Amino acid sequence: MSHWIELRSLRRTEGTVCILSDIELKLGAGKTALIGPNGAGKSTLLRLMHGLLRPDAGSVIWPRPLTQAMVFQRPILLRTTVLANIEYGLKLRGVSARERRKRALSALERVGLSHLVQRQGRRLSGGEQQRIALARVWALEPQVLFLDEPTASLDPLSRHEVERIIGEIAASGTKIVMATHNLGQARRIAEEVLYLEAGRLLEQTPVSEFFHQPRTAAARAFLAEETG
Amino acid sequence: MWARYALRLISLCLGLACWASPAWSQTRFIIIASTTSTEQSGLFAHLLPLFEKASGIKARVVALGTGQALDLARRGDADVVFVHDPDAEERFVTEGHGVKRLQVMYNDFVLVGPQSDPARARGKDVLEALRRIAAARLPFVSRGDRSGTHAAELRYWGLAGIDLAREKGTWYRDTGSGMGPALNTAVSMNAYILADRGTWLSFRNRGELGILVEGDTRLFNQYGVILVNSARHPHVKQTEGQAFIDWLVSPAGQQAIAAYKVGGKQLFFPNAAK
Amino acid sequence: MSEIAQSLTLASELIATGDNRLAAIVGLSLQVSLSATLLSCALGIPLGALLAVGRFPGRHALIILFNGLMGLPPVVVGLLVYLLLSRAGPLGELGLLFTPTAMVIAQTVLVMPIIAALTLQVIEDEWHEYREQLRSLGASRLRAGRTLIWNARFSLTTAGLAGFGRAIAEVGAVMIVGGNIDGVTRVMTTTIALETSKGDLPLALALGAILITVVLLVNAVAFFLRQWAEKRWG
Repeated sequence: MSHWIELRSLRRTEGTVCILSDIELKLGAGKTALIGPNGAGKSTLLRLMHGLLRPDAGSVIWPRPLTQAMVFQRPILLRTTVLANIEYGLKLRGVSARERRKRALSALERVGLSHLVQRQGRRLSGGEQQRIALARVWALEPQVLFLDEPTASLDPLSRHEVERIIGEIAASGTKIVMATHNLGQARRIAEEVLYLEAGRLLEQTPVSEFFHQPRTAAARAFLAEETG
Repeated sequence: MWARYALRLISLCLGLACWASPAWSQTRFIIIASTTSTEQSGLFAHLLPLFEKASGIKARVVALGTGQALDLARRGDADVVFVHDPDAEERFVTEGHGVKRLQVMYNDFVLVGPQSDPARARGKDVLEALRRIAAARLPFVSRGDRSGTHAAELRYWGLAGIDLAREKGTWYRDTGSGMGPALNTAVSMNAYILADRGTWLSFRNRGELGILVEGDTRLFNQYGVILVNSARHPHVKQTEGQAFIDWLVSPAGQQAIAAYKVGGKQLFFPNAAK
Repeated sequence: MSEIAQSLTLASELIATGDNRLAAIVGLSLQVSLSATLLSCALGIPLGALLAVGRFPGRHALIILFNGLMGLPPVVVGLLVYLLLSRAGPLGELGLLFTPTAMVIAQTVLVMPIIAALTLQVIEDEWHEYREQLRSLGASRLRAGRTLIWNARFSLTTAGLAGFGRAIAEVGAVMIVGGNIDGVTRVMTTTIALETSKGDLPLALALGAILITVVLLVNAVAFFLRQWAEKRWG
């Protein structure tokens, strides 16, 4: 399988602190989990790929242009209705009003929240808000979706629902890169695991192999620690 | 997007300008730069409706000290000046800013001070009174704002032979304010002050103060009126301004001035040249 | 103490009798200050948002400038606008001096920096929270600024009210450019100044009490409107 994104000698520092260094990566998988301890640089790596941050050295190369979107740990909705929130991204892309309405309502239905269409986004529960955030990006029908700990602040029920939605987005052909703390989630969703520690990319391993036989001692120690 | 916003902004401005300016609909009005003494004594509130009735012209009064009123007119911001400092008025006309100075009315200045009169200034002689205040170093409040009253006060100090530049001490309070605020200051300090009779009579917050010197012929306070020169300031409303001046010195205007009373007392005495 | 009681009685009498001249003065005050506030919002809010989300040379200088201009003395603004609008000044031809329009202009100059500076603070906080999300969705900085203005609309009413409070309470600027002309440019604050000069302190204080009442009323209306709107659209 040919890769769709390539990172070459990527380095990112903040002030004097080096967050990421010498990241070399070619990503071809459709569903990738980015795992590693706190402060490993997972969020920074996602933002570099998505283009929210610029690398201090190295480059991010997209062999062919792909539309992309991102969902953050906290669903940052605008103070307006659910419908307007979902339509906002489409509006920025110049989609016509009728088409916007159609796509927004359809995305809302796919996340199972059609009944909230006229409610105020910021008044909903955390789980509902995160599902709205997913509907917002889903309506854009991106070819690549980055997710930064999308379930970290949710209760188990909401987490389950969000995972289902992510699975469906992936099933619709969207490539997914998800930073997560939840190893079970990584296992359930991903095909490939990127293991990041202290700003270095230590492993790029198929998911089944990673959880049975990580290639590095660091990942082994991390798994042992996490699974207790 | 932002261009559309700019357009909306401009129309908002224009809309507000029309809304906030009922002034534009009435074309016939003049601006009179005058003194606080005439405005605050209520004379204008009495005269202007009569003038409007006679001429159909509205007069808008901006009340300042005489010096400021003349400066305002020097910049062309008034059509008529109506003030009380004959020397400054003559200078204004000589400079070419005014057409001609006409005398309109007079009243007089009074020396006001604490009823207990610690300086023993009470009497008929304003110069002697000032000498005693200066000698006793008792608080004296000065307008200090180049108004007609201020100009008169400085003239009296000079005539009394007191060199303020040398004698000035903490007793001489230069307030740089209008007649009313200066009187308020004098009341709170129980100080002596020179005031025009009109403002004093209509002034409410008198405290312990009362008139100590009046009737000295030197306390005569002459008011004059001048049309601002349209040769110098082309937008001056010459016809309307002249109409006001003509009315003011006419028998009708003069009678109106004489008829204005506060508490049964006449404040201004018409003396236009016949 | 008796003077204060006296003026409060006088104030309630003035309100109760619905004195026509007083009503006209209060009306003009509201008209001028609300116009100035509206204009200041129309100018200051986009400007503040631009300063919050934009990155351009001179931005820091502008931020310092607007924060500094918040403390501009009204008299200085009055003088400045007077010199502009005076017949001898650059805009003298318009003949705006001593009209309510001149007062609106002066108060706008006074209030706009306040609105801009307060908007800047509000939108900066918003920008901090929303920056990544909006950029990820594809919003340009300008577009994000616009979105965040709408998003912060409820907080921004506070900026508007602060501006209105400053406008309706100031006397220095309107006195100079308006001239305190009876029936034309006489507003509440200049009337208070005038009555103080006449030594009628109880009346001046009574007018002051009415001014405060008017300001409180405007704030109350704004408060309940905001509550209602937030319930409906927040």
